[in-house]
Amino acid sequence: MDFQLTDEQVLLRDTTRNLLSRSYDQDSRNKIADTELGFSRDVWNQLAEIGILGLGFDEEAGGQIEVMVVMTEIGRHLAPEPVVHAALGPGNLIADSGSDDQRSILDEVAAGQKLLAFAHDGVTSAAQQGDSWTLTGRKNPVLAGDSADTLVVSATLPDGGTGLFLVDAKAVTRHPYRTFDGRRGAQIDFDATGAQPLGAAVDASAQISDALVRMQSALDAEAVGAMEEAIRLTTEYLKTRKQFGVTLNKFQTLTQRAADMYVSLEMARSMCNYAAMSIADSNLDPVIASRAKLQIGRSGRHVGQEAIQLHGGIGMTAEYPVGHYTARLTALEQTLGSPAEHLRVLVDQVGGYGIVTLADT
Amino acid sequence: MQLALTDDEAKFRDELREFFTTEIPADLRERMRLGTLAGRDDIATGHKILNANGLAVPHWPVEWGGKDWTPTQHQIYVDEMQLACVPEPLNFNTKMVGPVIAEFGSQQVKERFLAATANLDIWWCQGFSEPEAGSDLASLRTTAQRDGDTYVVNGQKTWTTLGQYADWIFCLVRTDPQAPKRQAGISFLLIDLDTPGITMRPIKLIDGSVEVNEVFFEDVRVPADQLVGEENQGWTYAKFLLGNERTGVAAVGITKVRLAEVKQHAADKGLLDDPLFAAQLAEVENELLALELTQMRVVSGSADGKPNPVSSVLKLRGSQLQQAATELLVEVAGPDALPYRADGEITSPDWAQRAAPVYLNYRKSSIYSGSNEVQRNIISSTILGL
Repeated sequence: MDFQLTDEQVLLRDTTRNLLSRSYDQDSRNKIADTELGFSRDVWNQLAEIGILGLGFDEEAGGQIEVMVVMTEIGRHLAPEPVVHAALGPGNLIADSGSDDQRSILDEVAAGQKLLAFAHDGVTSAAQQGDSWTLTGRKNPVLAGDSADTLVVSATLPDGGTGLFLVDAKAVTRHPYRTFDGRRGAQIDFDATGAQPLGAAVDASAQISDALVRMQSALDAEAVGAMEEAIRLTTEYLKTRKQFGVTLNKFQTLTQRAADMYVSLEMARSMCNYAAMSIADSNLDPVIASRAKLQIGRSGRHVGQEAIQLHGGIGMTAEYPVGHYTARLTALEQTLGSPAEHLRVLVDQVGGYGIVTLADT
Repeated sequence: MQLALTDDEAKFRDELREFFTTEIPADLRERMRLGTLAGRDDIATGHKILNANGLAVPHWPVEWGGKDWTPTQHQIYVDEMQLACVPEPLNFNTKMVGPVIAEFGSQQVKERFLAATANLDIWWCQGFSEPEAGSDLASLRTTAQRDGDTYVVNGQKTWTTLGQYADWIFCLVRTDPQAPKRQAGISFLLIDLDTPGITMRPIKLIDGSVEVNEVFFEDVRVPADQLVGEENQGWTYAKFLLGNERTGVAAVGITKVRLAEVKQHAADKGLLDDPLFAAQLAEVENELLALELTQMRVVSGSADGKPNPVSSVLKLRGSQLQQAATELLVEVAGPDALPYRADGEITSPDWAQRAAPVYLNYRKSSIYSGSNEVQRNIISSTILGL
């Protein structure tokens, strides 16, 4: 039992933190969010240089603890770069299931030269004619789907089961949009669109489950970073903002609530560690992922709401950062399963054991 | 980062699990699980078996019977004890007065009290709170005036848990009413409850139990050699003691066992198939695992053995989840929770009849040992810098 980061992981954290704090404040974030792409190509390239865009693609490229460390910094700085949705998430699927030829795409992804997206939510079916395959259907929302060069698409196979396919993004009809937290996504329509099976055209439900577990863990870490920063901003504000002639931290009704925010953060951090450490231990149990995502969703809701409330009106403004953190936490809560969906996973198996335990520790 | 226990830790856990489930009588553990311990005797039986096997005071210094364990081993010990429903050794002895004597007492005080304290030959109770000194403990007013080689004690203590079974009481008393800071005039005094001038009066609680007492001191003459450490340094010792108290207070194992009991009864009644109830239960279970992981983080990060301010998180959240588990049990019991200590002739089962009193009793857990509001103050001031 050890919760310490290695020296290399600390270095990765600090390097990422330095890059992002150099790159972003609320003003520059707002400007970037208003561009068509919605994130900075320059920052993207620097993330690639550090090696972040290839994390987890092979054994030597680092594992889930490294992903957690990096994503916590992404969350802390509210960096808009779609590291999970445009690189790591779909990249992991290609690494897991792709042929050697298909896996060679990953070099370009890790180098920041190719953007991916995982088109999973929605109904799409696959059809085979001879050696070639086509997809028909609609996927929405596809996060980072607006800018992707290559799509990893899940589709129902003719004989049942869910297969994975690679699709050239130029071959689909895209309806790009912004999300409420300033990120990007798209609805994607397939109309007998040519597709290449990722590896063999076989049921990939297990691989999809694994990829979702990894992505959920990464988003958990992003949420923890966002909560940390929301609490830091809130405590700073309580120490400096004056009303009734004193700083707000003289009011116990506020400091007691800030303490509860901290409790929520620590519960979230513990579950975030649990999810990432389990994956690093080769345990990709979706129940563990649901446990983490449920707690982090609850904590994120609490911290986000209280961060605005304890600030007062300034927390509602677009020029001040704290409300943006709340928006991001809300989006994360609804991405890859809401707390209610994950609670349903837990309810489905709550009768199957007596005493609740962490996975065999 | 590594979630799993090391091989050595897993072996240590297995040995303790084996010991607790074979050497502590099953009927005693069952009474512990059901919350029907038979007063002084059951606690003493468990305590003495543990001490005979060197397991009552592992966190004490080795020369006084402690074990040279890592923080993780200490946590495993507590967890396994709680999961096996072994009554924990009396914490007034093992976690409170014992460590204070071992840390601050004179050699003579150590030799006189520590072995008897470890073996429960002396049953200790706590004399800290007073009617006018609860969360604001430093405002205590019980005085101890030096007169030759004795102190003369006058005043009143309250909330003295299990005082009705106790032989001795450790007290915070005011020895210097003129001290510039009120914390500076307090001493830590050991008092034999048979000393003339002491009256112990039970306080009946809302669950019908008698668990706590008031203690009155009227010109009680206490030998001066029963002072621990130095005069007027008692506040320092009390803070040390309360720091010890908070580290074990998350009670994760106890809450796990209670939630399993909730689940068993819910399954028997078909309530587990009700998604509304199942969701409540699953959510509390999940929050408990988050707390357990937090405790693991605190334990594995506290190699220096100092109290960590995050302990306040454990106390705060631990008490909330203990309470949540008792609430769920009442909900499962439903109308059968209404009869109270009715005889076996009625259909409401015993566990259901106990559910509401246990729920009411556990309202204490967010009050004692530093109320949750005090814990939040510690978090906001010490951790958040507010």
